[in-house]
Amino acid sequence: MENRLLLKHYNEPGYHTLDGYVKFGGYTALKKALKMKPEDIITEVKNSGLRGRGGAGFSTGMKWSFLPNNNEPRYLLCNADEGEPGTFKDRYMMELAPHQVIEGMICSAFAIKSKKSYIYIRGEYYKPYKIVEKAIQEAYKAGFLGKNILGSGFDHDLDVYRGAGAYIVGEETALISSLEGKKGQPKLKPPFPAVQGYLRKPTIVNNVETLAAVTWILNNGAAAYRKFGTEKSTGTKVYSVSGNINKPGVYEVDLAYPFKDFLENECGGMKEGFKFKALIPGGSSCPVLTAEEALKSTLDYENMASLGTMLGSGGVIIIDDKQCMVDLLNVLMHFYHHESCGQCTPCREGTGWLEKLTSSIGKGKSQLDDVATLDKVARHMMGTTICALSDAAALPVVSFLSKFKDEFEYHIREKRCKVKGNCHAQAHH
Amino acid sequence: MEKLKLPEKSKTYIQNELKRYETRESALIPALFEAQKVFGLISPEVVDVLAMEMDIPPSRVNEVAQFYTMFNKTPVGKYHIQICTNISCAMVGARETAEMFCKKIGVGFDEVTADGRFTVSKVECLGSCGTAPMAQVNDDYHENLTEDGVVKLLEKLK
Repeated sequence: MENRLLLKHYNEPGYHTLDGYVKFGGYTALKKALKMKPEDIITEVKNSGLRGRGGAGFSTGMKWSFLPNNNEPRYLLCNADEGEPGTFKDRYMMELAPHQVIEGMICSAFAIKSKKSYIYIRGEYYKPYKIVEKAIQEAYKAGFLGKNILGSGFDHDLDVYRGAGAYIVGEETALISSLEGKKGQPKLKPPFPAVQGYLRKPTIVNNVETLAAVTWILNNGAAAYRKFGTEKSTGTKVYSVSGNINKPGVYEVDLAYPFKDFLENECGGMKEGFKFKALIPGGSSCPVLTAEEALKSTLDYENMASLGTMLGSGGVIIIDDKQCMVDLLNVLMHFYHHESCGQCTPCREGTGWLEKLTSSIGKGKSQLDDVATLDKVARHMMGTTICALSDAAALPVVSFLSKFKDEFEYHIREKRCKVKGNCHAQAHH
Repeated sequence: MEKLKLPEKSKTYIQNELKRYETRESALIPALFEAQKVFGLISPEVVDVLAMEMDIPPSRVNEVAQFYTMFNKTPVGKYHIQICTNISCAMVGARETAEMFCKKIGVGFDEVTADGRFTVSKVECLGSCGTAPMAQVNDDYHENLTEDGVVKLLEKLK
């Protein structure tokens, strides 16, 4: 069953407006937070066990506590550059409940003593951008933003910034570069943004869903949040689900929810004529699971790690039996090659080779040892670059090859696809 | 060739953006969006016009323009139809939808129709994976596209 903590009122008409939001208890978390000590808010978020929902799953409260204890200005950035293939929950949340995110941001900013924050939203998200822009204006008018918020003496300004099309900007240091008006290229860590981020000042970058969860946690308490999920994966997670299933969309369930139930109940099962074949659980950068592995899994950080994959952004990509794994991997490698920022040689060159190799295997123009070459190129790309894009391209390759090697070899040997579907990797496409 | 000129309205917008953020350079992306609205693409000439208006070196303007895919370096039609063909979309037939657009319009990918109205491009994930196949036409998303939907959409754009 869905457990809608964050999405509870999403079906109420007008919930995206200030009035609609306030009608269902909006901005009570802010009123509460402003009466708390900032460090107590950080402790509360730490105690909730909330982990970053953008993909890395790092403890949010811990991230906040890395800020140096000095008087430098601090910045809070909301990462709304949702670009991980298979992920669309942040768009949904911004369109339907922008104030929930904004409220979470003001509370978080108060906790980390930041006077200025930005929502960095990907350029293609024009409609959500307009909705967020309007919501910010409403929040200013209501006195939730600006000088002396609700008489607390706390000043905070929030602005929205629109990106212009670059997957890599979802990486937090790249997002900072982009916001500074530079090419959106990642930077070496350390220094981490918490120490030296936007304009070289201490900066916290949090995902849309993470900030919305802060609102819920401040309203209901860390203990209430911990009632859901497991010891290490607390609370709920919002998933984006895609593929040939009956009900693709956005769902919120407790962490550690069995995938089998999720597929059958929330997703409405496979579409007629399609069989479940494989799962990419957390966006395209996560290693693939076979149907057998997936049906025994639970959706949480620990279980996914024990299976050698990740919960990532919660972009659940359901692969059916009509799909050719060579074809899908080639689609992904085309993407990573296109999105590599080009700074690091292993990634810039490696992603190109991954695309070329998957393409020639698909067309039957390869020799059998190219499968080993593909695996080798991918393994050499891991852990050798500034950011995780190189690994994000390599991980799917290694997992596709280890679990669906026969499909790759069939393409090479028979010069056609093993799967009865619509494989575009074959020569005639 | 006639020299490009930014309209007064755009100049005012760009000057305000220069003051809006902590650093002036942050105004580059908004200014490039504005220039693209006016001129249709970001050509070397447009880069020069912006550099002059913003008092930022052309090389800086250009590197930002080149880095981001939403800035068109070559001309596109009045309606830029962009179909996501990444994994989730490909699985539900988006590549066929993309070809369908080309066929019905009579144009190849990334070309401009003779009347200047259409360009069809295949693009990467647009965050519409659960409502695929989809197409972004200029600023708007059109989702759950069937063949009938493609026909209706094209009629609306004529």
